[in-house]
Amino acid sequence: MIVLERRPAPSTAWQGLSPVLAVALTLVAGGLMFAALGNDPFAALRAIFWDPLFGEFAFFFRGQLLIKAAPLILIAVGLALGFRAGVWNIGAEGQYIVGALAGAAAGLAFYPADSRLILPMMIAAGAAGGIAWAMIPALLRVRFGTNEILVSLMLVYVAENLLASAAVGWLRNPDAVGFPGSRDLSRWGSSANPELIAGTGAHWGVAAALFAVVAAHVLLTRHITGFHIRLTGAAPRAAAFAGVNGGRLIVFCFAVSGGLAGMAGLFEVTGPAGQISIDFASGYGFTAIIVAFLGRLHPIGILLAGLLMALTYVGGDNAATSLGLPVAAISAFQGMLLFFLLAVDVLTHFRLRWRPRGVAA
Amino acid sequence: MTSKTILSTVLALGLAGSALADGHEPVKVGFVYVGPIGDGGWTYQHDQGRLAVEEEFGDAVETVYQELVPEGADAERVITQMALQGADLIFTTSFGYGPATNAVAARFPDVKFEHATGFMREHPNVSTYDARFYEGRAVTGHIAGNLTETNKIGYIASFPIPEVIQGINSSFLHAQKVNPDVEMVVTWVYTWFDPSKEADAARAMIDQGVDVILQHTDSTAPQSAAEEANANGGRVFTFGQASDMAEFKPTPRVASIIDEWSPYYIERVQAVIDGTWEQTAHWGGMPEGEVVIGEITDAVPAEVKAEAEDMVARITEGEYHPFTGPINRQDGTPWLAEGEVADDATLATMDFYVEGVTGQIPN
Repeated sequence: MIVLERRPAPSTAWQGLSPVLAVALTLVAGGLMFAALGNDPFAALRAIFWDPLFGEFAFFFRGQLLIKAAPLILIAVGLALGFRAGVWNIGAEGQYIVGALAGAAAGLAFYPADSRLILPMMIAAGAAGGIAWAMIPALLRVRFGTNEILVSLMLVYVAENLLASAAVGWLRNPDAVGFPGSRDLSRWGSSANPELIAGTGAHWGVAAALFAVVAAHVLLTRHITGFHIRLTGAAPRAAAFAGVNGGRLIVFCFAVSGGLAGMAGLFEVTGPAGQISIDFASGYGFTAIIVAFLGRLHPIGILLAGLLMALTYVGGDNAATSLGLPVAAISAFQGMLLFFLLAVDVLTHFRLRWRPRGVAA
Repeated sequence: MTSKTILSTVLALGLAGSALADGHEPVKVGFVYVGPIGDGGWTYQHDQGRLAVEEEFGDAVETVYQELVPEGADAERVITQMALQGADLIFTTSFGYGPATNAVAARFPDVKFEHATGFMREHPNVSTYDARFYEGRAVTGHIAGNLTETNKIGYIASFPIPEVIQGINSSFLHAQKVNPDVEMVVTWVYTWFDPSKEADAARAMIDQGVDVILQHTDSTAPQSAAEEANANGGRVFTFGQASDMAEFKPTPRVASIIDEWSPYYIERVQAVIDGTWEQTAHWGGMPEGEVVIGEITDAVPAEVKAEAEDMVARITEGEYHPFTGPINRQDGTPWLAEGEVADDATLATMDFYVEGVTGQIPN
């Protein structure tokens, strides 16, 4: 029978190979699924992976990839810092929402003023909103030892209700006779977060995401706080003996991830989404958790994982429309990708060994 | 997204132009759905409309659709993608698609857009369409007022927008007419489609003694919750919403309000084929065959059923308007005088309850 045997050290060869193998396995399994649904598997895979990058309308889709990937990367980079230290912020979705609300409210307070200072002020307010929301689970954990996973997750549902009340109440566009939703921030010059270069899709959030990747990489490799994060994650007791202040580290990780999530929300509401609406929350905060792990909690890995995730969304929608594939099949395909990545990951830490039956283990 | 680049590229490729010019290519019609086509309610009915278009025009028309499209940035991408891929006419079938529909319409002046239940028509190639669901609510309210024994009627409300408030007011007014003691329990769930939230709302109402539930959400979960209560000795009635929800006949579902989009969809596709499409703000109802009352089951007493059918006939003939005075606002101030009929502008922006409805519209 085949048994798994732990490797003495993680295999570097498999660390590099496993994503490639996972994508290959996904293509095969996904292709079989599309074929079973009665579609041409090659056409489906082409619509998902090739068309958005190199197809006839790639000029449009490439920009869309950046729009979709930017918030995922921005949030995931922050989350990964915490995850590496064993600090589990599961509530980025809530921090994303509150950041958008705080930033939008701060900007709309000055409506219809015309000033270049308004967008930067809104970005700061968005970050502050995200940080404030993240401080609730962080401080409760540090002060009372509550479970930050539960608290941060539950606060997502609170944030969703705040969002609903804002959209139908206190942030509602007074000119939109009874309909919900705030003013359109992307159409108000002072708050708009437009494309920096026309046709590229790149708005300020994309720039911020790239900056966050670099900053997080530098922090982890060159800064004492980064060392503390890695040490705490690897050996919490050793870190404590080495003088790492665990409470301060928790607050730091929550502040960074909350602040980045809040900024992501602000960039989204002033750009692609345009307004605070009841359905503004689109699950980026949860998907970013997957992106963080897909990117091995490494900033550069997260950058690639975010783009890959965006490709499956944009390409998936493309396949759904052009080939009439059911959305459930696209979701299953995305799920396969994650499943195979995690499954193949086992080979990094374990190797397969053939052991003849009957031999005592 | 400012996309002069996209526009110019598209024009250069000649893709945004109508496929009709040469008369050979089929007209391509896109549908953007907010729920899954199998929701058994709102999106299902729109998809039935799409299938009716295919049936009507055969090879002359090609349809494409995308389900479960979130409102916001994703909607804009999906609508743009359909326009890029050569759609001549695109129906966006949820209220929240308004800004995205108009943003894409600005970039594709030769593509026609139809936005359901909205009000934004910023470009000449955007129309809006809606149905007078409140006409159906009058009939279900009448039945509900007759059926309730606890005098508590529940209304699972999605979002506090005019369309939903019209529905609450219309059903309450007609329930009150036949049962002056009736009370309306409104629960806001802030979603169009979330089976678990809808079921929770229904169960909570049943626990409060509600015995007739009207829903303004798209799933069949409230029907299941009522069925479950009845299996445990309860006496709860429901109405199919958007779709017939016939699988819950004869109880708990005793009637239904069916959204019949096919006539409008066929008419608009025909207009594109003929080159006569023009911007409109369409608001059809029972007379146009767009709001249909599904089979009223035998769980409803025969005379109540006859009254309900009579009301349908009178609304269809234009003899009766569900909002006919005297009607006061919730605060007791007069809204409509004796015999006065509500005008469309007031209905389309309705943000107040009528007298007798308790509670506040969330604000």
